[in-house]
Amino acid sequence: MANFLDTTVNELVENFEILGDWEERFAYLIELGKKLPSLDESEMVEDNRVHGCQAAVWLKMLPASDSTFDIHADSDAFIVKGLIAVLLMIYNGKTAEQILTDDGTETFAKLGLDRHLSPTRRNGLHSMLSRIKALAAESVVQTV
Amino acid sequence: MNPRAETATFAKRDESVDWAALRDDFPILRETVNGHPLVYLDNAASSQKPHQVIDAVRRYYEHDNANVHRGIHELSNRATEAYEGARQRVADYLNAGSREEIIFTRGTTEGLNLVANTWALDNLRKGDTILLTEMEHHSNLVPWQILANRIGAKLDFIEVTGDDGQLDLQWLDEQLARARLLSLTHISNTMGTVNPVAEICARARAAGVVTVVDAAQSAGHALVDVQGIDCDFLTFSGHKTCGPTGIGVLYGRRELLDAMPPYQGGGEMILKVGYHDSTFNVAPHKFEAGTPNVAGAVGLHAALDYLDAIGREAIFEHDQRLAKQACERLAEIDGIRIFGPAEGRSGLVSFVLPDAHALDLATMADQKGVALRAGHHCNQPLLAKLGVAATARASFYFYNTEAEVDRFIEVLHGVRKLFV
Repeated sequence: MANFLDTTVNELVENFEILGDWEERFAYLIELGKKLPSLDESEMVEDNRVHGCQAAVWLKMLPASDSTFDIHADSDAFIVKGLIAVLLMIYNGKTAEQILTDDGTETFAKLGLDRHLSPTRRNGLHSMLSRIKALAAESVVQTV
Repeated sequence: MNPRAETATFAKRDESVDWAALRDDFPILRETVNGHPLVYLDNAASSQKPHQVIDAVRRYYEHDNANVHRGIHELSNRATEAYEGARQRVADYLNAGSREEIIFTRGTTEGLNLVANTWALDNLRKGDTILLTEMEHHSNLVPWQILANRIGAKLDFIEVTGDDGQLDLQWLDEQLARARLLSLTHISNTMGTVNPVAEICARARAAGVVTVVDAAQSAGHALVDVQGIDCDFLTFSGHKTCGPTGIGVLYGRRELLDAMPPYQGGGEMILKVGYHDSTFNVAPHKFEAGTPNVAGAVGLHAALDYLDAIGREAIFEHDQRLAKQACERLAEIDGIRIFGPAEGRSGLVSFVLPDAHALDLATMADQKGVALRAGHHCNQPLLAKLGVAATARASFYFYNTEAEVDRFIEVLHGVRKLFV
């Protein structure tokens, strides 16, 4: 996971700018997806399942000792894994407050992926984002 | 039957239509998507509309629009004539005995829910069995689940044999002996199987089982003759038959419709209303509460005229030819899993690639202007049974061309390179 997260959001945005056309950007997204570590089969259970996608998506958030979260997610589709990778770059290792105050739209707009955030797109990005926020919000409620 | 003679007939009928010229009737086919010419291969989900249909709807709103039935004025008469004329057109299209057997609905889903909430709710009792098949669209499964839970009925299923998408009919008579109602699809939206509905309905009739046919995938693509099939109910959607969205049809056998309770309550469906009691109108009006979708019916009328001007046998042969071409090209891919029958498939093909997920393929194909469908096709239990999470599906119609099939295959090979 550590190597994978060496790419920052800013580097990602730069890389996307260098890549001119859509096909190259998608190819890059697919490569990111391929690098995303897989979840263990025992973690691919209904409790971790995120619905609202034409592909299968699983997502888990574990609280770390410094009140940040480790997010683990997986999908059976590479483009969805690529979108997960982008989400992790934005939200992994962040606190609940940080997660709840960043809706991701700025980053996705910079990447030209904002239209993929729409709830009408069935790629699951919107549902994953909602799940991340809901789990973060839940932890805030619990600690209050 | 001599197969060579059959092929000769096929070629003659298919070649007698100028398929490429028909494309000019569809304004939307001139769209570009992501900078590429649109290749629309999602016809099993919804068909595109020729300008004849769009013009008919526009003409109706520009010249004839008013509320139907009780009006005395000229426009109301015109609107009523247009609406009831559409009903007669549908009756002719399905070879129904009379237009009173044609109920306008929002679509196939409402047609199935109507039967579940009227005939079935009125006639089925606790412990009765509703027979379905394992290849039904959710719209021909969930209404029966809801009803079964409500009245304590049971569901039974005619099994699908496997990837070839055939119904296992060896236990049919035993299953029918236990059932009171059978509801099944004419053509599978996931497998492309054309079910022998006339044979199955005949066996159901012999067993005293009432039959419902889901013709969503067949009505716009093939001859559908309710007297030939000899079913009790049959339903389809306008939007899959070149017609508008929001209009559909339920055919019901006259004697069943007459004995059935109404569906929804409101205007149009009554004869006399008091504060505590009402007398209901006769079929089909007692099933059409409220102001109907007149413009939709007008558009559907134009769509059925359009399809019959081409010829539904020719359309079916054309769709089959494109699906066969696609299947042959797909079969060249190592490790691909193609669903549906090897012979006699309708105009669609579902498949799973060895390397790319259906969603990956459909997303990337969209970037190239090719519209495919990816997912469970509202057929989750069947895909679960076959051990598949999602398939990609290309579904063809008469305005699709061989060149578009080639383009789809070319795009598919291009996309696969990204995933290997």
